[in-house]
Amino acid sequence: MKKKQPISTGSEWTFKLVEKYDQEISRVAEFYQLDTYPNQIEVISSEQMMDAYASTGMPLMYSHWSFGKQFLNTQQNYRRGYMGLAYEIVINSCPCIAYLMEENTMTMQALVIAHASYGHNSFFKGNYLFRTWTDATSIVDYLLFAKNYINKCEERYGIDAVEDIVDSCHALMNYGVNRYKRPAPLSTEEEKARQQEREEYRQRQLNELWNTIPKQENKGKNKKEKRFPDDPEENILYFFEKNAPLLETWQREVIRIIRKVAQYFYPQRQTQVMNEGWACFWHYTILHHLHEEGLVTDGFIMEMLHSHSNVVFQPSFDDPRYSGINPYTLGFNMMTDIRRICENPTEEDKRWFPDIAGSNWLETLHFAMKNFKDESFILQFLSPKVIRDLKLFSIRDDENLPYLEVEAIHNDEGYRIVREALAAQYNLGNREPNIQVYNVDVRGDRSLTLRHYQHQHRPLGKTTPEMLKHIHNLWGFDVHLESIRDKKVHSSYHCPPKEVEEEKSMIELT
Amino acid sequence: MSHIIDRRLNGKNKSTVNRQRFLHRYKKHIKRAVADAVNKRSITDVESGSQITIPDKDLSEPIFHHGRGGQNTIVHPGNKEFVKGDKIRRPEAGGGSGSGSGRASNQGEGMDDFTFQINHDEFLEYMFEDLELPHLVKKQLKESTAYKFRLAGFTSKGTPEKLNIIRSLRSAHARRIALSGSDRKEIRELKRELREMEVNPGAYDEIRAKEIKDRIRELNIKLRRLPFIDEFDLKYNNYVKTPVPSTKAVMFCVMDVSGSMTQEIKDIAKRFFILLYLFLKRTYKEIDVVFIRHHTSAKEVDENDFFYSRETGGTIVSSALELSRDVIKERYPVQDWNIYIAQASDGDNWEGDSTICSDILVNHIMPLVQYFAYVEITDRHHQNLWREYDKITEEFPNTFAMQQIKSVNDIYPVFRQLFERKEA
Repeated sequence: MKKKQPISTGSEWTFKLVEKYDQEISRVAEFYQLDTYPNQIEVISSEQMMDAYASTGMPLMYSHWSFGKQFLNTQQNYRRGYMGLAYEIVINSCPCIAYLMEENTMTMQALVIAHASYGHNSFFKGNYLFRTWTDATSIVDYLLFAKNYINKCEERYGIDAVEDIVDSCHALMNYGVNRYKRPAPLSTEEEKARQQEREEYRQRQLNELWNTIPKQENKGKNKKEKRFPDDPEENILYFFEKNAPLLETWQREVIRIIRKVAQYFYPQRQTQVMNEGWACFWHYTILHHLHEEGLVTDGFIMEMLHSHSNVVFQPSFDDPRYSGINPYTLGFNMMTDIRRICENPTEEDKRWFPDIAGSNWLETLHFAMKNFKDESFILQFLSPKVIRDLKLFSIRDDENLPYLEVEAIHNDEGYRIVREALAAQYNLGNREPNIQVYNVDVRGDRSLTLRHYQHQHRPLGKTTPEMLKHIHNLWGFDVHLESIRDKKVHSSYHCPPKEVEEEKSMIELT
Repeated sequence: MSHIIDRRLNGKNKSTVNRQRFLHRYKKHIKRAVADAVNKRSITDVESGSQITIPDKDLSEPIFHHGRGGQNTIVHPGNKEFVKGDKIRRPEAGGGSGSGSGRASNQGEGMDDFTFQINHDEFLEYMFEDLELPHLVKKQLKESTAYKFRLAGFTSKGTPEKLNIIRSLRSAHARRIALSGSDRKEIRELKRELREMEVNPGAYDEIRAKEIKDRIRELNIKLRRLPFIDEFDLKYNNYVKTPVPSTKAVMFCVMDVSGSMTQEIKDIAKRFFILLYLFLKRTYKEIDVVFIRHHTSAKEVDENDFFYSRETGGTIVSSALELSRDVIKERYPVQDWNIYIAQASDGDNWEGDSTICSDILVNHIMPLVQYFAYVEITDRHHQNLWREYDKITEEFPNTFAMQQIKSVNDIYPVFRQLFERKEA
């Protein structure tokens, strides 16, 4: 191939150059069939980047002290040089917004464009979770609505009152998502109209629920009181929004807003390894492609590789820098490995991946990106080679034993076990305690009972009493939390806290 | 085709609101940290910003997470030596339990306290919050001598340079409309009649048409005679003279540097004055500071000498008060200045001088000043100067204050007490 002239040779960037690089990157991305939302690339200063960080990367967000805390933390770390500001913040919206920091070199700008504007962007558009759960065209609108609404509430009811409810909602954010029910996308206009409707309807429904006039026909018939809700509800915020007895209408709307935001971020939490791996794979592949064509210099590639390897660096478990598996490393290695399996399969690959060994790598990779989340992706595609390369091993920690045991390592016997263990590790269902709304004492003291179903006998952590306070804050009446192990109540928490004696005597009685 | 936008000129500081919310929420902690910092700082360092540390438990955002226990399987990278079945001693709490996913889930253990930086301005703000020079307001209103002209509406009489053109023309316009109303109405009606005749040929009456046209011409001439502008229309800006409150203030820093003042006591005194100095510079636009140090004789010195000179001797406190009095008389006329005096001493005075001090204070100084603050720096019993001054407190309960500083840790609280904001 005849080498072309490099686009640029220096490290300084200009808008002209950014545009040129973007054109070339876009051309290569198309060559690799990356399907993206339109791109909006914004050049910002480092202070603005810190701002963006502080509001979970969103271009606009309601105000809250915790974002201020986040900001101060970022600022502190940045000033001390603990972290370079990440060179990528990218927003799952249409157009897809990516930020370039003005302090970066031309190489870094090109890297970010390839990584965010084509890597992440195509992931947002292609992956099934995002397709199902997020509506890229309306998120910015919705956030604007949310910001204005919360602003208005602050004016009306005071910052403290709003903060109070937002704090509690933030605490329960991970319990404000639907895992299975599929939402119908709504535009902001519809959203506004529906909000009005909800205000009235909800109050009526509540009156029904909390109706204290005894019902004649039920007398004596149902010996066993029916539970409310009929089935346990795992979306706790949703349950509060609809059923908490004492909340004002605006408070329900705030709950709803935070629930929506949580839902929007839910796919991101389930696809971290894939999303980052995909983006890293593509910046690596696209920029090398440009290098082969002669459009970027050797120096450019050296600098790119330098920051690339910083990003995908994985310290070993015994390294002081170790803080778990680096999702960038795992994702990048797996994506690269899928291409290898397709292009140059070994005997082992043919045994392990008969379907994809030798197939078209680009098709296979796109298929993997579209149809999996971290858990299933690892279960499906983690190869013995990657396990060997990363020297993965699985440790079993059983509280009944005085020691930890090495359950499996990177050998024939261990591959499958390691793979399953790692996949399980990315299952949000395992990572977060499984807590559901179990019962409300509708006819009695209106107390709320939550149930925690222990996973592998794992108890709840130290923050549980704090969490119960937040739940109590939203519910307004007594809150109980039962931790279930082997179908028995293993331990329970109460807010307001119960006297220990009282609890004992109750157990004796029953 | 991507859209590339330069956002650098857009507002940064989008987080300011959130940051302020955070600072507000943890005000209590920050104030405490600032107070600690003030006490620990060296004299020259009080001016920079500060690191604030808040215990993590106070600002944690709880979430549900798994505690320790139960059965876990965790995959780690970088195995070098283990084979299946190896048994490893369980590491102590906190170490090695990073479960890969665990970074986000707050394990509640081994977390660092939250540390962040506030800048110089914020530091001083928290340091001096709710403090002020007492009685400044009273002075401002009662005795200000400077005046400023302030626009206060419009008048119909005035000099040409105060003419308000917009108002005048607007008024002329209104007058013309008002005076021409009935005539213009008539013109409109005549014109309508004329038009009706023209579109309806059968009804066209030449004589009537001519009549109408003449009448219209006549009315138009009349309208044109209305003056474009009349003396009646002219409006002038009205300025009133309002007194400008004087925020000019002078602070006398009077420090005892006699032989009985140990290095430690002097150090405390200096830090007290530095606090005061910073506070004044921050709060008031125009502030003079007069530094006076004394042993047996008093001397007005510059800032550098005040803080760093090592000259010393016996003690005659009255010399300093006399000098203060003279400086006030000479340079700071009472009607223009808010006058404050802060005096620091170990209270050890030459026998018999304390009554002289009392006399100068009561008869010459107290009538002139807004506030006199005395700090006695000693960890021993009160000295004779204190007892003498105690009587003055009774006589001037609002404008004379005294406090004792026993150790470095008292500086800031005492300072706050002396300059606590009082309802005016």
